[in-house]
Amino acid sequence: MDFLRPADWEEALAAKAAHPSAVPIAGGTDVMVEINFDHRRPEYLLDLNRVGELHEWQTDGPDVRLGAAVPYTRILDHLRPELPGLALAAHTVGSPQIRNRGSVGGNLGAASPAGDSHPALLAAGADVEVQSVRGTRLIPVEEFYTGVKRNALAPDELIRAVRIRRATGPQQFSKVGTRNAMVIAVCAFGIALHPENRTVRTGIGSAAPTPVRARVAEEFLAAALEEGGLWESGAAVPPSVAAHFAELAAGACNPIDDVRGSAAYRRRAVAVMARRTLGWVWDAYRHDQGRGARCA
Amino acid sequence: MRDTTPAVPAQARRTTGGIGESTLRPDGIPKVTGEFAYASDLWHEDMLWGFTLRSPHAHARIRSVDVSGALATPGVHAVMTHDDLPAATRYGLEIQDTPVLADGVVRHHGEPVALVAADHPETARRAAARIVVDYEQLPVVTDEKTATAPGAPVLHPGRTDDHAPHVAHPNIVHRQPVVRGDVAAAKARADVVVTGEYEMGMQDQAFLGPESGLAVPAEDGGVDLFIATQWLHADLRQIAPVLGLPEDKVRMTLSGVGGAFGGREDLSMQAHACLLALRTGRPVKIVYNRFESFFGHVHRHPAKLAYEHGATRDGRLLYMTCRIVLDGGAYASSSPAVVGNAASLSAGPYEIPSVDIEALALYTNNPPCGAMRGFGAVQACFAYEAQMDRLAAALEMDPVEFRRRNAMSQGSVMPTGQVVDAPAPVAELLRRVKAMPLPPERQWESAGGAPDVRALPGGLSNTTHGEGVVRGIGYAVGIKNVGFSEGFDDYSTARVRLEAAGSEVVATVHTAMAEVGQGGVTVHTQIARTELGVARVVLHPADTRVGSAGSTSASRQTYVTGGAVRRACEKAREEVFERGRARFGTYHPAWATAELLLEGGKVVTDGGEVLADLADVLGDEAVEAEVEWRHRPTEPFDPHTGQGFGHVQYSFAAHRAVVEVDTELGLVKVVELACAQDVGKALNPLSVAGQIQGGTTQGLGLAVMEEIVVDPVTAKVRNPSFTDYLIPTILDTPAIPVDILELADTHAPYGLRGVGEAPTLSSTPAVVAAVRQATGLALTRVPVRPEHLTGT
Repeated sequence: MDFLRPADWEEALAAKAAHPSAVPIAGGTDVMVEINFDHRRPEYLLDLNRVGELHEWQTDGPDVRLGAAVPYTRILDHLRPELPGLALAAHTVGSPQIRNRGSVGGNLGAASPAGDSHPALLAAGADVEVQSVRGTRLIPVEEFYTGVKRNALAPDELIRAVRIRRATGPQQFSKVGTRNAMVIAVCAFGIALHPENRTVRTGIGSAAPTPVRARVAEEFLAAALEEGGLWESGAAVPPSVAAHFAELAAGACNPIDDVRGSAAYRRRAVAVMARRTLGWVWDAYRHDQGRGARCA
Repeated sequence: MRDTTPAVPAQARRTTGGIGESTLRPDGIPKVTGEFAYASDLWHEDMLWGFTLRSPHAHARIRSVDVSGALATPGVHAVMTHDDLPAATRYGLEIQDTPVLADGVVRHHGEPVALVAADHPETARRAAARIVVDYEQLPVVTDEKTATAPGAPVLHPGRTDDHAPHVAHPNIVHRQPVVRGDVAAAKARADVVVTGEYEMGMQDQAFLGPESGLAVPAEDGGVDLFIATQWLHADLRQIAPVLGLPEDKVRMTLSGVGGAFGGREDLSMQAHACLLALRTGRPVKIVYNRFESFFGHVHRHPAKLAYEHGATRDGRLLYMTCRIVLDGGAYASSSPAVVGNAASLSAGPYEIPSVDIEALALYTNNPPCGAMRGFGAVQACFAYEAQMDRLAAALEMDPVEFRRRNAMSQGSVMPTGQVVDAPAPVAELLRRVKAMPLPPERQWESAGGAPDVRALPGGLSNTTHGEGVVRGIGYAVGIKNVGFSEGFDDYSTARVRLEAAGSEVVATVHTAMAEVGQGGVTVHTQIARTELGVARVVLHPADTRVGSAGSTSASRQTYVTGGAVRRACEKAREEVFERGRARFGTYHPAWATAELLLEGGKVVTDGGEVLADLADVLGDEAVEAEVEWRHRPTEPFDPHTGQGFGHVQYSFAAHRAVVEVDTELGLVKVVELACAQDVGKALNPLSVAGQIQGGTTQGLGLAVMEEIVVDPVTAKVRNPSFTDYLIPTILDTPAIPVDILELADTHAPYGLRGVGEAPTLSSTPAVVAAVRQATGLALTRVPVRPEHLTGT
């Protein structure tokens, strides 16, 4: 196994072009586990830790541009107001040690359906900024996941950053595991309200071959909120609407039975999480509405 | 001579750090800071790395093994298969049925097939991957039905072990009935009859320090083995025949052990490393990684248990019948003893006049199962405690009150006919846990409004802010035997040396006790301080240059090796007094007339008068004493009736569990697990509390998450990693208030009672009882999974 250590991003792209089979490594919380368990023996490891810009983020645009190797701990500590859903998801990743090393770029590179950041990215809306010596592409995150542990990267491409829509409304993230901390998701659910265009976005993890949005549920809910004038009134979401939203979210799943949980359980858990997280974000929205109204 | 020194006040004289004090572990801080040297840290110049090739199949015939590719790999020094073994080819704790390397057949997933020694671990791994094994897969037996079906493959044909004549099928390792009273007559009188079928999954010891050791070949043709184990001499007894060496040519030294819980009773890499070292003439280290560790040691027996109890309307138990089927997996390991415990303790700590009990262990192609904390008793306790709750419900009685009415006490008769001749405060333990204040409700709520999700089921995963959460409370109590049972010659050896180093006297305690985290290193030091009145006690490294200390298991080391250390100290003390009388007797009449004591480095009379400095009595000549110490003998259970004085001592613990259950998601948060335990005498109260909290937590893990999942079709392990074999984190571990009783057992040293296992028993059923109360579900299987709680 050869270990490539580019000094900067240009060198990294050149190395990846020269060795398309090279596996990029930053925090190593996923790649090293795979190597230790002998699940893969890459010919080349491409160490990105000397590429400083990957650890940086910018918040000056409508998107947060998050460097691919920014550790989860940083997201938790610094980006909670801009990326509340991702911050909640980041808090469920592994242990403090793993959160100090692991990053969203790694989650996207591995493209495991159980990756904790995916539902939050799907719900917030994001583009993956990928680059090769041939140029740059912005891939909408919902198009990034192409199969179990497969993504849309070309062999010579590296993930440089993720551009995530800055939150304009409440966001939530919920994950089921059979332990109260440090657990891989049995399934997960992310939700984000986008009051500026009166839409709702969702993300489901670990309940289909790839992370998915529950689009039918999103559209139903947006229509129900619109129809009921709930965005303006800030009234409660009728239980029947929440229940149907939950049902549609479960319907977006295509889960399997595995050692972590049954398919039937995953469907049920996604429905419960969808209903509960909708309640939480809508309560927060109403609370903000009320406060806004009083201020005005 | 200072025989004119006035007697100092008793307070000042007393040696500190003796028994009853919470002295700190010498290895505690180094373990926390990472400085402690575990067996996986062993290193030797020129050492090679051993690697084990394991079977990918649960049952297969080996048609051929081609090692040429591995041998041709640069850096490889040796490759060994069954054909290369120099002497005995099988070993085992009780029955020698386990191949050192597979002999034409593999009987479980992960069975060792070949060994490689190379100059780098990665080279060894790659070379092993080049060994070509041609397997012919065979049908697997995975449970009682498939193991005893007509035409079922017999996994160990031609058995000659002691149990073979008593079993109905060769795939049954051992069967133990226990019959007492008249069940039929009792059943006729019963007002209430309750039946239940229960199941327990396969728990793993999940010790954090993987199997590891270093074998160094010696010039005399022997080998020195540095090893993490639970019982040096049992390893030795099994390794020497495999190497074809006399036992004195195999010298073993205990290395740093990172937890055991029964999983290091059987050999893992011990013989393998020695074989490679003798073959290559180079030191060989083998260390398993986490994945391999799941295949490298035996697990807790999964069990199926069918129970029936009958009681009178006023809540008196009349009879119990049960059938306990334990899955021993491919090799016997400790299965016979597990069967003995399960059978003899299956009635629990209750007085039941009539019983008809049967326990048996199977040979299957599942992973081998053997010793794990509380073996046999853990499985039974889960079932009988569920039965007690069902009986209480059927009688519309408080579950604690029902248990109290039937609780055994000193003088009670066990189903085996053994009279319990020491305190058995079962009712008192229950009363105590019930009387503890309950934790406040809805602890996740805060004044600010945002819930503290850490106090809720799901924890940081943020699955509920209180929705669907229901509290439940459950109780359980259990009984465990202490020490090795059924006539086993369960002794320990201790050597104690007293010598003066200037004005200070040093006591050196040498035993072969394996310190695996249980606290023997503190307790044995405390015993020596108390008995010899010296401050400075040095523990000699545990090795085979002294006689056996028995196993660090069965909650026995404080009792048995502690008993040996105490007796060796007494012997040394007597010699000190002899010597003192001879040297100084003429100076003071008290040497001849008074009761003499050693305290604070001095020989004193029982009246407190100082006769001499211990250092002066010793002079240049050390005093040394060695003893083999035995607890009172036990006897085997009758093979047909199960009657017999089978156990040395019993220990009891009770738990109250308080849980919050997310009833919609099936997630459980254990809020509190209160424990009351009788320990006879707490030699080190801090260590005792630690043992109780550790055992309690391991029981919690079994209740709600810990299981090795074995595919029912292929018998292959599906989750050999800490990613998918979950053990409790600190967020899963509740507050564990501990109430320690000290009712002396006069048969035991200082009146003590083995501590380590009893809390592991009742923790599991208490948690499940609480979850039952919260959900109203029957929950007959552990670990309880979210699917069980949500019907998915």
